[in-house]
Amino acid sequence: MIPTILAVSLLIFVIFSVIPGSFTSSLIADGKGRNDPKVVEQMNKEFGLDKPVYQRFGSYVVNLVQLDLGQSFRTRQPVTHMLLERAWPTMKLAIAAMTIAILIGVPLGFVAALKPGSLLDAATMIAAVSGLSLPQFWLGLLAMYVFALTLGWLPSFGYGDGGIRNLILPAVTLSVAPLALLARTTRAAVLDVMSADFIRTARSKGMNAYRLVTWHLMRNALVLIITTVGLQFGSLMGQAVVIEKLFSWPGLGSLLVDSVSMRDIPVVQGAILMIVLWFLIINTVVDVLYAVIDPRISHG
Amino acid sequence: MYKRFVLQSTLAAVLLAGVAMSASAEEPRKGGTINFVAPYGSSFGTLDNQASPATQDEFVTKAIHRRLYAWDGNANKPVLDLATDVSASADRLTYTFKLRQDAFFHNDKKMTADDIIDSYKRIMTPGKAYTGARYIGAIKGASDYSDGKAKDIAGLKKIDDFTLEITFNEPVNPAFQLMQPSTVIYPSGEADKDSFKSHPIGLGPYKFAEYIPGSRLTVEKWDKFYGADKPHADKINIMIMGEASARDVAFRNKEVDVSVLGPAQYVAYKNDPELSKNILEVAEVYTRLVGFNVDFKPFQDKRVRQAINYAIDSDLIIKRLGKDKAYRAVSWLPLSSPAFDKAAKPYPYDPEKAKALLKEAGYPDGFEFELTATQNESWGLTIVEAIIPMLDKVGIKVKAKPVEAAVLSEVVPAGDFQSFMWSLESGPDPMTAMQCFYSKTSQSACNYYKFNNKDFDKLYEAALSAPTEEQKNDLLRQANNLLQDEAPGWFFNYNKAVMAYQPWLHGLQPNSAELAIQSYEQLWVDDGAPSGR
Repeated sequence: MIPTILAVSLLIFVIFSVIPGSFTSSLIADGKGRNDPKVVEQMNKEFGLDKPVYQRFGSYVVNLVQLDLGQSFRTRQPVTHMLLERAWPTMKLAIAAMTIAILIGVPLGFVAALKPGSLLDAATMIAAVSGLSLPQFWLGLLAMYVFALTLGWLPSFGYGDGGIRNLILPAVTLSVAPLALLARTTRAAVLDVMSADFIRTARSKGMNAYRLVTWHLMRNALVLIITTVGLQFGSLMGQAVVIEKLFSWPGLGSLLVDSVSMRDIPVVQGAILMIVLWFLIINTVVDVLYAVIDPRISHG
Repeated sequence: MYKRFVLQSTLAAVLLAGVAMSASAEEPRKGGTINFVAPYGSSFGTLDNQASPATQDEFVTKAIHRRLYAWDGNANKPVLDLATDVSASADRLTYTFKLRQDAFFHNDKKMTADDIIDSYKRIMTPGKAYTGARYIGAIKGASDYSDGKAKDIAGLKKIDDFTLEITFNEPVNPAFQLMQPSTVIYPSGEADKDSFKSHPIGLGPYKFAEYIPGSRLTVEKWDKFYGADKPHADKINIMIMGEASARDVAFRNKEVDVSVLGPAQYVAYKNDPELSKNILEVAEVYTRLVGFNVDFKPFQDKRVRQAINYAIDSDLIIKRLGKDKAYRAVSWLPLSSPAFDKAAKPYPYDPEKAKALLKEAGYPDGFEFELTATQNESWGLTIVEAIIPMLDKVGIKVKAKPVEAAVLSEVVPAGDFQSFMWSLESGPDPMTAMQCFYSKTSQSACNYYKFNNKDFDKLYEAALSAPTEEQKNDLLRQANNLLQDEAPGWFFNYNKAVMAYQPWLHGLQPNSAELAIQSYEQLWVDDGAPSGR
């Protein structure tokens, strides 16, 4: 985990040192195209942007080891404070979206696989392919139009008081792609397991359908399903960027986008590190779950 | 006779009631909540407004803070705000302000001259780079203080608690310097506390209540605000909504009370019988232009620059691509500028004249140049794509160079371009705007064109020392006409800012400096607002 974090830190640092544009130039763009060269010089000095890249990277790593992510150029507040403020809304959104995806996607895939070639199977797969290919932005707008503007059931944007009403639309929109992928993966996994020899043997031994599904089919298919859930859950934090911007959701994604355009490098580094960390934690949890579902994996 | 009397009395009573009802309809209603929109990003940069030049952050400044001067969005001129009177010395270097004695910060502290001095000193703190330093730096001794050479700013003198004397380095109109959002006044000793960064305290009509970063900032009425009978509304929710399409849905769904419109939405709203009833249009102080760099040889010849102006059909682009959401530019200064010449006419579309000028300048077969622009739909690559075939007709090849906004604002001040397209602030102060063409202004500041013209300089310098506003504006008018003839750029258009508002919202000001930035204390909602607000 530590080498990954260090490598990512170095990569982000190098990228933002190479690409054109700086914090001060973004301020000029925001400040209607006017500029005071003296203030710009002072600003570069205050934030250490006048120092060579290797020196800046050195002090960044030294601070990182002490769990200090530095100070935002924009707000002059500690980056950690800003990230923590934004992490919970994004996690809430990701958890809600993943819950919807699992609760709908997995059973759909299962049912489709149990009756391959049926109308239900065809419909599920068409919906899954559509869900994977539809742009999130467009889906979000469509959801706003239908559920907020036409039906008036839900607010179209914002965080409100942090309650469920404001969470539903962004969570449903965000859940569509993982839901579709989960449905497809579950179907494929179940079909694969169903053609295995041990299923045929179990059937020939007269095992009842319920026990066959819960004991043999589900346990074996779960490995692939959990891998997909883990990967999707890990990447949802990054995928939430579009949804957060569209729905004015106060998460990490919108902070990251703004910080990139403002070249607020300490915040960009911190936010990406947090997303990477999240991904690594989810992967570790998935590894542990493998061992629980299939003890042969841990023995291997 | 009696019947007639009764009839007349009844009629009179009905008429009077009607008049009274109409009068009460105009009377601002107290209370209610306004859902305003901050559309220029997906968050606020900072709640420390002395540190931010961003328009997006002005939505907060306007609610919570106050400066020595304010911009009057109705009259479109700066007015005294934290002072009741100002007198200038004969040399226009020193100004004596009689401060308000009824201004209270949101922590109940009464404002005095010390708060203003300390705020300006904070902006000039040695080793720090607050963006307000650009304006406070004009005060005598401010640079010495910032450089650590002095303990105080020499040009700031407290006469008594409510009298402040400010001396500037040069004769200036302090109103335009000290009305800038980054020169807001904070209570002494509070600003550098950690709590202030997340819970700002100001002198404005509304006090900070709650901030959900990336989503909403809520302010509540400050009962001790000095404005007579203001503010009207109890609460303002400033919704952060950078996405135009999401804003459109929220506005139509009556969740927000205003929406700033882009070209596509402008057409849709104009064609909608209901929505078109509540649209506010203003010529803002932004000039969209293509600036030429005279380091690139062909642009050193005035005839080449003029030829480009003749070769582009600006009206057609504004109509077809801009959907008429812009006013044709004549020169640099915008329509709302007091120095704008109403008799001046823009360059006509005349490709033959353009060809003749190019031939005269020694480019009968044209030439090729690079045009750096962003993706902006109103003053970016879309427009560049439209001018490419027009210039091609006269033999000029244009190579578009797409960049991000932060990159544009890096390469242009550095002079790393042949030409650029941008929307630049050209007001509200015509003096400050014209400074960008003064030869002594560096390219890194705002003379991106390296414009150097002795006649222009003379007019500009004469305007600087003009004894009256009329004389100053007259000189600047001549300078602006000279700019049109010299064509340091292709002056494309002035932004037509458009804001749609709900029928229950009143008190919006046609603010030409930035329409979206409103004085919240003047806004009010009538009984037609959705229930619960």
